[in-house]
Amino acid sequence: MENLKKDLVKLLSENARYSYSDLATMLSLEESVVKTAVKELEKDGIIVKYSAIIDTEAMDEKPVQALIEVKVAPQKLKGFDSTAEEIYHFPEVTSLYLMSGGFDLAVFVEGKDLGDIAAFVSEKLSVIDGIIGVQTHFILKKYKIEGQIVKKGDLFERQIIQA
Amino acid sequence: MREFVSKKAKDLKPSGIRRFFDIVSERQDVISLGVGEPDFITPWEIRDEGIRTIKRGFTQYTSNSGLLSLRKEISKYLKSSFNVDFSEQDTVITVGASEAIDITLRAIVDEGDEILIPDPSYVSYKPCVELAGGKAVSVYCDGKNGFKLTAENLEKAITEKTKALIFPYPNNPTGGIMDKGDIEKIIPIILKHDLVVISDEIYAELTYGKNHCSIASFKEMEKRVVLIGGFSKSFAMTGWRVGFVCAPEEIKNALLKIHQYTVICAPIFSQYAAEQGLKRGREDGYASVSSMKEEYDKRRKFMYKAFKNMGLDVFMPEGAFYIFPCVKNTGLDGEQFALKLLEEKKVAVVPGEAFGDFGKDYIRCSYAYSMKNLMEAMEKIAEFVKELKIKD
Repeated sequence: MENLKKDLVKLLSENARYSYSDLATMLSLEESVVKTAVKELEKDGIIVKYSAIIDTEAMDEKPVQALIEVKVAPQKLKGFDSTAEEIYHFPEVTSLYLMSGGFDLAVFVEGKDLGDIAAFVSEKLSVIDGIIGVQTHFILKKYKIEGQIVKKGDLFERQIIQA
Repeated sequence: MREFVSKKAKDLKPSGIRRFFDIVSERQDVISLGVGEPDFITPWEIRDEGIRTIKRGFTQYTSNSGLLSLRKEISKYLKSSFNVDFSEQDTVITVGASEAIDITLRAIVDEGDEILIPDPSYVSYKPCVELAGGKAVSVYCDGKNGFKLTAENLEKAITEKTKALIFPYPNNPTGGIMDKGDIEKIIPIILKHDLVVISDEIYAELTYGKNHCSIASFKEMEKRVVLIGGFSKSFAMTGWRVGFVCAPEEIKNALLKIHQYTVICAPIFSQYAAEQGLKRGREDGYASVSSMKEEYDKRRKFMYKAFKNMGLDVFMPEGAFYIFPCVKNTGLDGEQFALKLLEEKKVAVVPGEAFGDFGKDYIRCSYAYSMKNLMEAMEKIAEFVKELKIKD
């Protein structure tokens, strides 16, 4: 089962819309076997969601995105978890990670505009118990999102027909 | 003014692929399944070695035969991967396997010699035979039999003028292979007629299910096989122009002479890069090649199923990265199908006729593309085939 699960994780990470039939064809297996394995991956919490990867810069109304570096004074008996819990419930927070190095929590946020993000930081984030420092960095340009190159430089184009 | 172009050059038929290419180039937004090279780029360690070579100022000629260290690696590689015995003395590094094909033919073919070429197969063999002064003779390979070369068809094509057999397996465009059993059946014919075999094994690393069996590994074939290989398909090094030819002493000396006069040597940085590829491969079990092959394999299965579902007659390819379905039951031949498909659905495939007369009712589709590209193309081809059947 293990190799199959690894293969499925790889394939579904590339394209979450592969049907069970596609996966079964590519892996030379019965569709039912593939379906069972995928359901197990979901149950085990390895696959947590299927969603399209969006290049927001290609949209007409571009949202603003930022990475906020947060320094936390860890809470007695609870470590960072309780502070993290207060932060990740906000819908503006798209990702939250505990980090090694110069700061503690990496908070990725998305808002309508600069003002939106500024308001989130001052009114909702900075006031949380335990937060001792906040540094906001706005994303200016995206080159690669979740494994997909979106900003093409001079990518070489292959000849259309060859022997 | 007199005619400046030689009769030989004039008589060379322009590539069927070239013609189709010109038509396709005029269209916009075409999804192509027409390439003949990997969609992967050369693995980083190999690129890095090429860059390092240039940075170190290695920009000169190498010896005509090519770097001794690379030839030694090739000898090791052929022995461990395919049980083939050629030493570094028997090997010449060429400007791609393409040059190897050319100089081998020029070293072997006398005016009027007949050279057997499996049909369908790669577009360059016939022209190179003709340029060398020989006569290209097609050997029919039946789609119902995995496009294999059979003793029967081979025997039918042989005359007293036949000198050599070009043996390209795994095969472009069919995806057919010749395994141990298949090769054993044709060896007696080759020996009976004292033929030399030019084995083009450029796709040797890309076989699915079975390991590649080289005709050069058979004891009976000692001294009569010229083995041609390269790194373009296995290491995704098409643009680097580096390949090799291994031959029995006399033939090697002859082709080396031609190589010395016409090309001098293959690019130095490409040779160093290829050497790195083989060295790394020995250490990590050719991991980069395996991962590319796994990708191709998934796509191969997908393409086969998609063509089968459309109702087309298709052989499950066992090597290379092409699938060669027969389109006869749509009422069109390969070229008509390809032109109409391009016109109506903006998908480009290569008409089978470009690869030989026996490819007339087929189309070649490459799966050296992302799954995304393949799925899009196959959806359109399926629509097209459905609409054709309705018209019938």
